[in-house]
Amino acid sequence: MENLIDIKGVTHAYKTESGPLPVLDGLDVAVPEGTFAAVVGPSGCGKSTLTRLVAGLMKPDEGEVWLHGERVKGPRKTVGMAFQNPVLLEWRTILQNVILPLEIVAPSMSQKDREARAHELLDMVGLTGFDDKRPSELSGGMRQRASLCRSLVHKPEVLIMDEPFGALDAFTREDLWQTMRDLRAAEPFTCVLITHDLRESVFLGDQVIVLSGRPARTQYVMPIDLPKDRTLDVLYTPEVADMLHILRDQIKIAQGREPEVH
Amino acid sequence: MLRQIGIPVASVLVFLGLWELLVWVNGWPNFKMASPSDLPPAYIRYWELFLVMGWQTLWRTVAGLALAVLVGTAIGMIIGFSRIARDALYPLLVGFNAIPKATLVPVISLIFIGQHDFNTVLMAFMISFFPIAVSVGIGLSTLEPEYRDILRSLGASRFTIFRKIALPKTLPEFFGALKVSVTLAFIGTNLVEIVSPHGRGLGALFKSGETNGDYPLMFAVLIALAFLGIVLYYAVVYLEKIFAGWAERPQS
Repeated sequence: MENLIDIKGVTHAYKTESGPLPVLDGLDVAVPEGTFAAVVGPSGCGKSTLTRLVAGLMKPDEGEVWLHGERVKGPRKTVGMAFQNPVLLEWRTILQNVILPLEIVAPSMSQKDREARAHELLDMVGLTGFDDKRPSELSGGMRQRASLCRSLVHKPEVLIMDEPFGALDAFTREDLWQTMRDLRAAEPFTCVLITHDLRESVFLGDQVIVLSGRPARTQYVMPIDLPKDRTLDVLYTPEVADMLHILRDQIKIAQGREPEVH
Repeated sequence: MLRQIGIPVASVLVFLGLWELLVWVNGWPNFKMASPSDLPPAYIRYWELFLVMGWQTLWRTVAGLALAVLVGTAIGMIIGFSRIARDALYPLLVGFNAIPKATLVPVISLIFIGQHDFNTVLMAFMISFFPIAVSVGIGLSTLEPEYRDILRSLGASRFTIFRKIALPKTLPEFFGALKVSVTLAFIGTNLVEIVSPHGRGLGALFKSGETNGDYPLMFAVLIALAFLGIVLYYAVVYLEKIFAGWAERPQS
C-alpha cells in the first residue's frame, strides 16, 4: 500500500530569544493510505509541530514532508484539522459552522448541496436537529462532534487531529472514540491523531508512534493488529493490556526515566 | 418589554425627583442650580433653537463618529496584524490621546479658519477614534491561532480569513469601544461649539445662556445633550444586537 503521508528526516527548531529551540530531530513517520496513525509522546515534545507540518502551515528547516506523492509546500484543500479547542464560530449556527470549509473549498457548490452534506455528517455523529443551535448552547462533547463534522465536511484525504478529546471527561471521550470509528467505517480517510491517552491510541490506531522527548524523533512504532470494528471491550483483553504496558514503558523512556521492572 | 422600558424610565424619574428635592431642600436659587421644574419653560421658550442646534450637534457628532469608525478600524487592523506597526504606532497613539483635546481647538481653528463644521467633525473624530483603534487592534492580535488555522489549512487567503473569522470575532469588542466613543464624540463636538466664537450647535446655545445669565437654559442644554447621548448610545446598542447579538449569552 502506498504511503499517503511520508515524513522523512524532518528537523525543525523554533527561533526564541534565548537561541534556537530544536523540537524535531530527524523525524520519520509513514502513514499508509486509509490507515490511522496515533502519535504519542511526552508533553512539549513537538507533536503539535508535526500537525502543522503535515497541514502545510509551516515548513521544516530540514527534511521532507510528502502527501499523496507530492512534496508539501503550503496548505492544501485535501486536509482537515481538529484541535483540542473545538474552535466553533460563535456567530454561526452549528449547521453554518459545519459548512464553513465548503465555502472555501467548493465555492460553486449550491447551498442546498452544502447543507445536505453537512446533514449527512451531523446525523452520523448524533447531532440531528441541532442545525440552528449556537455553539454556546451545546455541551463540550457535542461541540467536539460538530467540530469533527466540520473537519470532514469537504471529504479530506487526511484528517489531522491535535488532542481533540483531551478536554473531555472520560465517558464522553469513549463515546467520541466510537463516533470516530463509525465515521471512518462510513467514509474511509487517512488519519493522524496526536494524543496523550494510550488507551485512545490503541483503540483508534492502526499503528501507534511513540516520539522521544524534545527534540523529537521516532522512538518506537507499534502496529495494532486488532479488528477494524473493535469495541471498547477490546481494551480489557490481555492482548491490549500487554500493548499498553509496552507503550507505557516507551513513554517512560521518552521522558528520560527508567522503565518499571515487571 | 415592560421591564426593559419601565425600569430605565422609572430610574430617570427618580433621579429628577431627587434633583428637584435637593434644590428645594437647600433653597438654592436657579443661578446656583436650576431644578427640573425650571427646564420645561426653557424648552418651550426656545424649542426652535433646541431643534435646529440639537440637529447641528447631532449630525456633526455622528459624522465625526463615522470617521472615527473608519479610521479607527483601519488603524486597528494595521496594529492588529503587524507587530512592527504596533510597536511603531502605539507610542504615537497614546501620546496623541493624552493631549487634552481642548488645547487643540485653537490649533485646528487656525489651521482651518472658518471651517466651523469641518473643525467640529474633526474634533469629534480625534477624541473618539482611540478606543476603536485599540480594541480592534487587540481583538485581531489576540485571535487564537487555531481560528486562523482552520481556514488557513484549506488555503484560504488572508482577506478571506479576515472576512470570515477575524472581523466577526472582533465585533463585540468593536461595539464595546463604540459605546465609549459615542459619549466621547459628543465631548469633542461641544468643545468646538463652546470654545470657538460664533459657534453653532447646543454648545453655542449653552454659551449664549451663560452670556445672558439664563441659567435654566444652560441646564436645559446639558439635559438635551444627555438626551442626545442616550439616543445615540441606544442606536449603537441596537446595531450591536443585530450584528453581534450572538455574543450575548442566552439568559437562563
